[in-house]
Amino acid sequence: MSRQELIGPQGLRQDGRRANELRKIKCKPSVLSQADGSSYIEQGNTKCLAAVYGPREARQKGQVIHNKASINVELSLAPFSMSERKKRTKYDKRLLEIASAVKQTFEPVIMTSLFARSQIDIYLQILQFDGGIIQICINAATLALIDAGIPMLEYVCACSAGIIENTILLDLNNTEESFDTPELTVALLPKSEKVTLLQLDSRLQVNEFENVMRTAAKGCKEIYEVLEDATRDHIKDLLNRSNPIN
Amino acid sequence: MSVHFLFPKPSSSEEKKDSDGDIDMLLKSQRENFEKHVVIPGEGITHDTKYMGGHGTYFDHETHFSSVAGVVERVNNLISVRSLHARYTGNIGDLVIGRITEVSNKRWKVDINSRQDAVLLLSAINLPGGVQRRKTEADELQMRKFFIEGDLLAAEVQGTFQDGSSSLHTRNLKYGKLRNGSFLAVPPALIQRSKTHFHTLSCGVDVTLGLNGYVWVGKHSSKPLEEVDPESIYSNENEPIDQATRETIARVCNCINALSRNFMNITDTVINYAYEASLKYPVKEVLKSEAMEFIVNQVKSS
Repeated sequence: MSRQELIGPQGLRQDGRRANELRKIKCKPSVLSQADGSSYIEQGNTKCLAAVYGPREARQKGQVIHNKASINVELSLAPFSMSERKKRTKYDKRLLEIASAVKQTFEPVIMTSLFARSQIDIYLQILQFDGGIIQICINAATLALIDAGIPMLEYVCACSAGIIENTILLDLNNTEESFDTPELTVALLPKSEKVTLLQLDSRLQVNEFENVMRTAAKGCKEIYEVLEDATRDHIKDLLNRSNPIN
Repeated sequence: MSVHFLFPKPSSSEEKKDSDGDIDMLLKSQRENFEKHVVIPGEGITHDTKYMGGHGTYFDHETHFSSVAGVVERVNNLISVRSLHARYTGNIGDLVIGRITEVSNKRWKVDINSRQDAVLLLSAINLPGGVQRRKTEADELQMRKFFIEGDLLAAEVQGTFQDGSSSLHTRNLKYGKLRNGSFLAVPPALIQRSKTHFHTLSCGVDVTLGLNGYVWVGKHSSKPLEEVDPESIYSNENEPIDQATRETIARVCNCINALSRNFMNITDTVINYAYEASLKYPVKEVLKSEAMEFIVNQVKSS
């Protein structure tokens, strides 16, 4: 497939979106009963399940930090998640890199100093892969951490943007990512507009950078609204159930 | 010098008292209406600096923000946010159920569903052979005779440490090793503090509701606590339990599970109602969705 076909004559992308349109997001907190917090999220055809355990007693004694909690992120890609069936271990270099990016994103946001000598575990499982793996991992982990009642400064929302044929595209899918497209992933605290992660794949011209960044940040804020609604609805539902009289 | 007792003056307006009859230091008009509000992390609660921030809040740019998703609660000037799914935090006097995870020097480590394992000191348990018995070096060497890894016990929180972990004690005949029953875990938010956490249900089984969300359902012991053989309190052997009791225990467990899956508060009365409603179904079908729905609706209507 040539690069030309990625954007159609009417300015529509392959999956029918406009340039500044996000994929459809579906999310649900608290999907697992055994985890302290969990979430399921779909962004287009990328699907992710997150489970958070903790803060709990650190099982590996080497990981104990005497004045704050340690965060541990594990990411795995289901063998059936891509078009070709492939077994991956959780020690895959690429997955380890993404896991450590997720960990670094959350370290300044989670109030770890409240939980000295404990450990917070975040387990991420990609069930279906169609690009935007870092952003979906961060969004799923945010929702799961909030479900687990872990104190955080704010939500963390992530979104990607890239440039194809001088058009800035929001929220790239796998085909759009795969031609060495310049892709910028931004994780934003949507209220204070602080950036906790900024990752650029391939190369981007300096004069374009600001526009791409702005587009991605706008996407983050749209995602925030979806995540916020999901959390609020979930809490109201729990309150109604535990106390049906009010 | 004579001492005068000043009787409390009647409050000038009704608004000065809240529902518990506590006198409020702030007038209702001065108070912002943020109670019972659902907040999410990063959401501002109040700009008013006269409030103090409690758990689940942080202070930044002259504003109190929420750090967890939950409900705002206010006690006079202290505002805090209660999360509905958080782990248990130890409070002195709480009854908890825990599982031994480690035996170490003069102490056990106990998993109580908290941010860290609690400690149970050898000096904080009742040793067999009388409450007054001194602990000896021999006791230290045979700590595994009392509790071994994996044992379940009921205990009370004796104190909490700076880092949020707690120490336990079992110096009461009501506490100690759990036998003759079944364990289950529910979200800690569903179990409210009450006068007693040891209940005997009308169906004839004992339920212990730990405030940490761990629940023990066991065979009713008819003997008064004083007559229990002190040698048997650390026994690992179950008493003989007949089939009918086993089924009742399983049914009560399933009922509590059904309630917790629907996030309903768990008390002895609610469990009794759920048990009555579940009698329509065989024990193994109680957790099927239609049975759960029926039980939950029955409990809500009664």
